Amino acid sequence: MSDTTLPPPPAPARRWTTARIAGHGFMGFWILLAGVIGWAIFGDWDSGFLVQYAPRYLNGLTTTLQLVGLAMLFGALLSLPITWARLSSNRLVGALAFGWVYFFRGTPLLAQTFLVYYGAGTFRAEFEALGLWPFFRDAFFCAVFTFSLNTSAYQAEILAGSIRNVARGQREAAAALGLSRYVTMRKIVLPQAFIVSLRPYGNEIILMIKGSAIASIVTVFDLMGETRRIFSRTFDFEAYFWAAVLYLVMVELIRRLWDRIERHLTQHLVRRTDNEA
Amino acid sequence: MSFFKRIALAAAVTVIAVGGAAAQEPAKIRIGTEGAYPPFNFLDASGELKGFDVDIAKALCTAMQAECEFVVQDWDGMIPALQAGKFDAIIASMSITEERLKQVDFTSKYYNTPPAIAVPKDSTLAGVTPEELGSLQLGAQSSTTHSNYAEEKFPDAALKLYPTAEEYKLDLASGRIDAAIDDVVVLSEWLATEEGACCKILGTLTPDPAINGPGAGIAIRQGETELKAKFDAAIEAIRADGTYKTINDAYFQFDVYGG
Amino acid sequence: MGELWSLLSYGPDGWGDEILAGTFVTVSLALATLPIGLVLGFLLALAKNSPEPSLRAAANIYTTVFRGLPELLTLFLVYFGGQMLLQAILAALGLPPVEVNSFVAGMIALSLVFSSYSSEVFLSAFKGITSGQYEGAGALGLSRAQTMRLVILPQLVRLALPGLSNLWLILMKETSLVSVIGLADVLRETGVAARVTREAFFFFAVACSIYLVLSIISSVGIGRLEAWARRGDFSR
Repeated sequence: MSDTTLPPPPAPARRWTTARIAGHGFMGFWILLAGVIGWAIFGDWDSGFLVQYAPRYLNGLTTTLQLVGLAMLFGALLSLPITWARLSSNRLVGALAFGWVYFFRGTPLLAQTFLVYYGAGTFRAEFEALGLWPFFRDAFFCAVFTFSLNTSAYQAEILAGSIRNVARGQREAAAALGLSRYVTMRKIVLPQAFIVSLRPYGNEIILMIKGSAIASIVTVFDLMGETRRIFSRTFDFEAYFWAAVLYLVMVELIRRLWDRIERHLTQHLVRRTDNEA
Repeated sequence: MSFFKRIALAAAVTVIAVGGAAAQEPAKIRIGTEGAYPPFNFLDASGELKGFDVDIAKALCTAMQAECEFVVQDWDGMIPALQAGKFDAIIASMSITEERLKQVDFTSKYYNTPPAIAVPKDSTLAGVTPEELGSLQLGAQSSTTHSNYAEEKFPDAALKLYPTAEEYKLDLASGRIDAAIDDVVVLSEWLATEEGACCKILGTLTPDPAINGPGAGIAIRQGETELKAKFDAAIEAIRADGTYKTINDAYFQFDVYGG
Repeated sequence: MGELWSLLSYGPDGWGDEILAGTFVTVSLALATLPIGLVLGFLLALAKNSPEPSLRAAANIYTTVFRGLPELLTLFLVYFGGQMLLQAILAALGLPPVEVNSFVAGMIALSLVFSSYSSEVFLSAFKGITSGQYEGAGALGLSRAQTMRLVILPQLVRLALPGLSNLWLILMKETSLVSVIGLADVLRETGVAARVTREAFFFFAVACSIYLVLSIISSVGIGRLEAWARRGDFSR
């Protein structure tokens, strides 16, 4: 190849290319925005907005964390039988699990929440007969219930996908070694599936944190609910700003934590030489 | 200066630096209302706006010799929408309160009725004092004086806030909440319907001037003194010429203007 | 049960026409958001791929923010905040207010979210195109624009299609959030019907079924699109 047909080597001096102008303009926009928001908040610090409403935000944050924590936990438990059904060779069982997953992944979480919350109201007599009314009466429990079912479908998909992902050869090798199916599953398939599914699990937690804001629409005072309450009293847009900050911090923390866990668990997959280099 | 005003100011300064233009007078007065608060404002079966607020608004426009247009807006976003210029006045049973006065201006009141509490007919609650109500599940429409009242006066109650009055009615009928707080007229109107047959008024509450203010007024953007003066004059005019009484009597057996 | 189904009839007594109109709004919103989200997402991916560090950083801030915020919050920020900001600017210019209705606000908010996710899809698709492709195009004497249009984009579309299809299905579900700020979409219409008729479970189940049908139709369409994008694989 002759030199003339290749793009010239990167210029040593940084010139004002279109990309550089665009980049500086775009970055300038963010800096300006940050400056204006900072001025708007700290210039008005004396009004004591944050001081007055911090307990409210904290309250909402706790509720959001409880909501997400419980939903993830119950969803994880529920996802196990669904995953089993999804991977089952029985056609009917497989179809039922597919239907479950398809319904919860194919409809909006908001519609599901309405279905459970307002739907439960129409079946009060039936629930009372079963002794379940105290549970479905409470908006928080309704939200936990809906979110658990919803995430169980997503988690089952993650789990089933990662188990399928473990190469067939691994299973055959285990069988050749005379390992039982249980041991194969526990010692060979699941550990590998776990690592594969780690990242999607982290994403699912983040999606659940964001999705949980929907609970505020059915009267739960989660972070979003408290924010809307504060806004409705003050009509001060600062209310939404602090909520945005809290959500972003939560999501970033999870993301970083997950990166760290993943790095820790996949240490053995990283080549030594790469590590030392 | 609030957070938002600072941001808006900064934006405006940026833009003014770029250029300016001529002002333009809005051709007609646009009136924002909720359309979900019977009997004051609601959409009838054919989707047409009806109610006391709507009739009063029409009468005021006639008195001002202005052309009016209604805009239906969710309650949550009512004040932001006014500030954003989606409409020029709110006639939607909005109580005049200190908190709202920081954001918008109000005309004088055009009616004033007290809040009340409704409960299912089989409720065992004895009365409406904080002690008698205890730690019940209490529903209210969010961003209303009634939700503020519940928050201040019944701190032990578990407050549930709903975007419209419709939703707390649904939850009260299904027994999800033990009681609901709202305007006595709104509750009575609902209780007289088939859906409201589940429930009854437990009692009327004594309004707290600090929370409930002097009554419902017409909200307009801050600083639009000319429009405010026009509305104030029109309210007086329809009060004086009997139009108000005619509208009042079409809806209620008593005078909602209040003392 | 028959009585329930008659609630879905077309006309003044039934809710069929309202729900159908709502379905139309839902689909329109998703379709209106798609092109904006795709173009913005593509530009963001270009920015993230750029050698210019400031452009990469600015694009990363964008995606971090809009992928981190709950969609509902983004919607409120745009609907309440964006609207007030716009009017303040218009007023400063002496221009009459422009109404930002819930459809437009929803379109903007969903585009912001969609573009930050689609930029990631485009980015990983870019990584799937080897440098040999650029070099080959260069060797043929194609200009940078020609390389992008004739060589890179067709491959990019094929590589990005599965990810984008997934985002489309998510987008269609997320349009339901706009019902909270007053858009008369399928969820809002069924919600009104649920309140009026006191048949909440039935009507919300109808809403869920409509979303399911929409997603099934989409899946069929996507399947065809993917087959079309892969057509080169077979004819070779």
